[in-house]
Amino acid sequence: MLAFILRRIGQAILVLLTVALISFSLFRFVGDPTQQMVSQDTTLEERLQIRKNLGLDDPVIVQFGRFVGKAARFDFGLSYQTRQPVATLIGDRFPATMELAFASALFALFAGIPMGVYAGLKPQSLLARLFQTVSLIGISLPTFLIGILLIFVFSVSFGLLPSFGRQGTVNLGFWTTSFLTLEGWRSLILPAVTLGLFQMTLIMRLVRSEMMEVLRTDYIKFAKARGLKPRAVNYGHALKNTLIPVITITGLQLGSIIAFAIITETVFQWPGMGLMFLQAVQTVDIPIMSAYLLLVASLFVLINLIVDLLYVVVDPRIRISGRAA
Amino acid sequence: MLSKRRLLSFAAGVALVAGASFGAAPASAQQTLRWAFQGNLNTLDPYGINETTTLGLQGNVYEGLTKRGKDLKIIPGLAERWEVLDNGLRWRFYLRKGVKFHNGNDFNADDVVFSAQRVVANNSQLTSRLSGGPEFVKVDDFTVDVKLKSPNPILHYAWDTWYIMDKEWTEANNAQIPPAPQATTPGFATINANGTGPFRITEHQLGVRTVFEKNANWWGKPEHNLDRVIFTPITSAPTRVAALLSGEVDVIDPVPLQDVPRINASANARVLEGPEVRTIYLSFDQMRPELTASSVKGKNPFKDVRVRKAFYQAIDIEAIRRQVMRGAAVPAASLISPLFFPQIDQIKRHPFDLAAANRLMDEAGYPRTGPDNIRFEVDLDCPNDRYVNDGPICQAVTAMLARIGVKINLQAVPRAAFFAKVNSPIYNTPFYLLGWTPGTGDAHNVLIDLMHTRTADGSGGRGQFNNGGFSNARVDALTAQVLVEIDTAKRDAMILEAFTILHNEVGYIPLHQQALAWGVAKSVELTQRADNQPLFYWVQKK
Repeated sequence: MLAFILRRIGQAILVLLTVALISFSLFRFVGDPTQQMVSQDTTLEERLQIRKNLGLDDPVIVQFGRFVGKAARFDFGLSYQTRQPVATLIGDRFPATMELAFASALFALFAGIPMGVYAGLKPQSLLARLFQTVSLIGISLPTFLIGILLIFVFSVSFGLLPSFGRQGTVNLGFWTTSFLTLEGWRSLILPAVTLGLFQMTLIMRLVRSEMMEVLRTDYIKFAKARGLKPRAVNYGHALKNTLIPVITITGLQLGSIIAFAIITETVFQWPGMGLMFLQAVQTVDIPIMSAYLLLVASLFVLINLIVDLLYVVVDPRIRISGRAA
Repeated sequence: MLSKRRLLSFAAGVALVAGASFGAAPASAQQTLRWAFQGNLNTLDPYGINETTTLGLQGNVYEGLTKRGKDLKIIPGLAERWEVLDNGLRWRFYLRKGVKFHNGNDFNADDVVFSAQRVVANNSQLTSRLSGGPEFVKVDDFTVDVKLKSPNPILHYAWDTWYIMDKEWTEANNAQIPPAPQATTPGFATINANGTGPFRITEHQLGVRTVFEKNANWWGKPEHNLDRVIFTPITSAPTRVAALLSGEVDVIDPVPLQDVPRINASANARVLEGPEVRTIYLSFDQMRPELTASSVKGKNPFKDVRVRKAFYQAIDIEAIRRQVMRGAAVPAASLISPLFFPQIDQIKRHPFDLAAANRLMDEAGYPRTGPDNIRFEVDLDCPNDRYVNDGPICQAVTAMLARIGVKINLQAVPRAAFFAKVNSPIYNTPFYLLGWTPGTGDAHNVLIDLMHTRTADGSGGRGQFNNGGFSNARVDALTAQVLVEIDTAKRDAMILEAFTILHNEVGYIPLHQQALAWGVAKSVELTQRADNQPLFYWVQKK
């Protein structure tokens, strides 16, 4: 097990270095950051001096080495635009994104699984067909459109929920949370639904097809033949066995929820890391962009590692074949 | 794993102020104005960035020696009055007495002299406020002399956005100079403010919200009835509109043009539109012997005034105003708004005339050839996220120029990439769209930055934004004379002469001044000044 983890950490470092290198070469094409830092009255001489001071005139490989060296010590420098430490800025935004991602994942699970089970058990019923139609919308509509539609229905037309921002936050010292106030939950609902809709659809469809598959297997038939109650058969045996792929998918999707949060956060002006990243791209704020990409890559690697470990725990067959190999 | 834990501890280190709930109507009788803008308030340091909205927001907190009124006229600010002595070589400013900064410190001449040093210090983005190196001398606690090397009639034109800082506060917090781009420690004044203005900042969450409270000790007579202003950035335009329509914010800036009718039709909001002072224009590379991205080889067609004029006359400005800008633009005949230089209305646009344009192209020696029946191809560089409908304007121009047989290859890109390509030092564009606001509010700024001959890389401080390299000896001479001419009538005549030359030479194709569009709740009365600054001190909320 230890060797497995060590090997994965070694791979993770390689992945992070690759991400850093790719993003660094991309930064050369997003534009000149000094153009966004100075005013129209700034002379050319001053602009060139700023470029020199920032080390932007050095060869890319030198800049990259400098960045990796500092990143290894968690020093991401100051944002070009706000002149504040990038680590502080990201630290401030981190809770907002994580809570949003967490709420969306919960929404996806707790709405997706029951819908999937129902659609799997009664595939011909009217409600199951309705779920299928809704899930088609969830899969085919882009996130920003869903967000804007929800805003116009729930904020503008009915005035039920706030259209933007993260309100009613409580500061716990190390974390700001919206889970403790009604206002916080109210402002969380629309973005969480927007972000989680695609995952919910995915989980629903997955559970539905897995359920239909499992219900056809022999042991379910035997269980029914033994006279077990339908509830015990459906939930005790069938549902349990459909959950293994659901755990995998949910875990892996958590990474993309965090990454996809960029769009949802922009639509709802949710003060998370994704919104900050998007603004950083527009203003070529390289320190923020590189730190964000590295952080998201680390999260992906971390989540994958946890999912791999969980998988081994949940499914004994993998453990056995793992030993044999 | 480590990075995540580390980040948590960073979050711990920076305790955010627990936000009180907002969004619903205020519970108390206090008047709270909620203002949403498309961008962030990135710095509170008044010399940190030279950008309209940032300076405007700071202008609610800080004040300059002068101010500008609702009509942009210069009025006294922290200086009660001033006089010009020694044939324009010495200006004497009499400072307002009894003014206090928000922390209780007194405002006096030391603060002015200190601010004059700080604004030209390294890393200041507002060094142009004191161009020409004027020397500030304290005469007594409330009198300051400014000594000049040569007369400068527009010395104080941009001082409404040169804000006076408190010497003691700045020194106590080690913020004597603005933070450098490569600094490793953040500047105190970047996230804290201490001005003399009608509002003080009580909460500033970077990129989330900034709270302005009324300054009860302000020296002036308040023309607003607000107790508090909450400024929120809302990046996404549909969300901004939705927040206004649902009553969660009172003012949004800007309103997307396509949403204007809907807001006006709503029960609780309306759109305030007015002309802005920024001029949008097209221009061409008139400097290189051969264009960088064109089918014409061995020569530069834009060196021929007939080609430039043909391009000008092929553009149907009325169609752009009506269709692309939905009426929210004022066609311009020159590079400065009549709000800054009223005499400019003596210059009229070259008329839209396709037949004349085609004739000019024929005369210039670019006949239609080839299977596509075109004269030549050239790139048009255009930003797509900088000005109102900038991308669609360029698409319209592309279609219009096709009618005189010019094939435009449109390069519409985000502004960061656009400015890096089109501006100094490389000026890598044959034909481009840009906008310009004279930072000083004076025509000389346009002459020296857009019309004066430039060097190949734009160094030397003249013509740096003359990206096309327009060059005319008489314009250069007039630019130098305008700088030192004190007689207003003579000065205006020189300015008009320079703009007339530019018009006849077709150095630029001016398009229009775009309109400002703010969405305002019906419960709010405010003044929308043409420089687009968000000013809270003229707001009345019912």
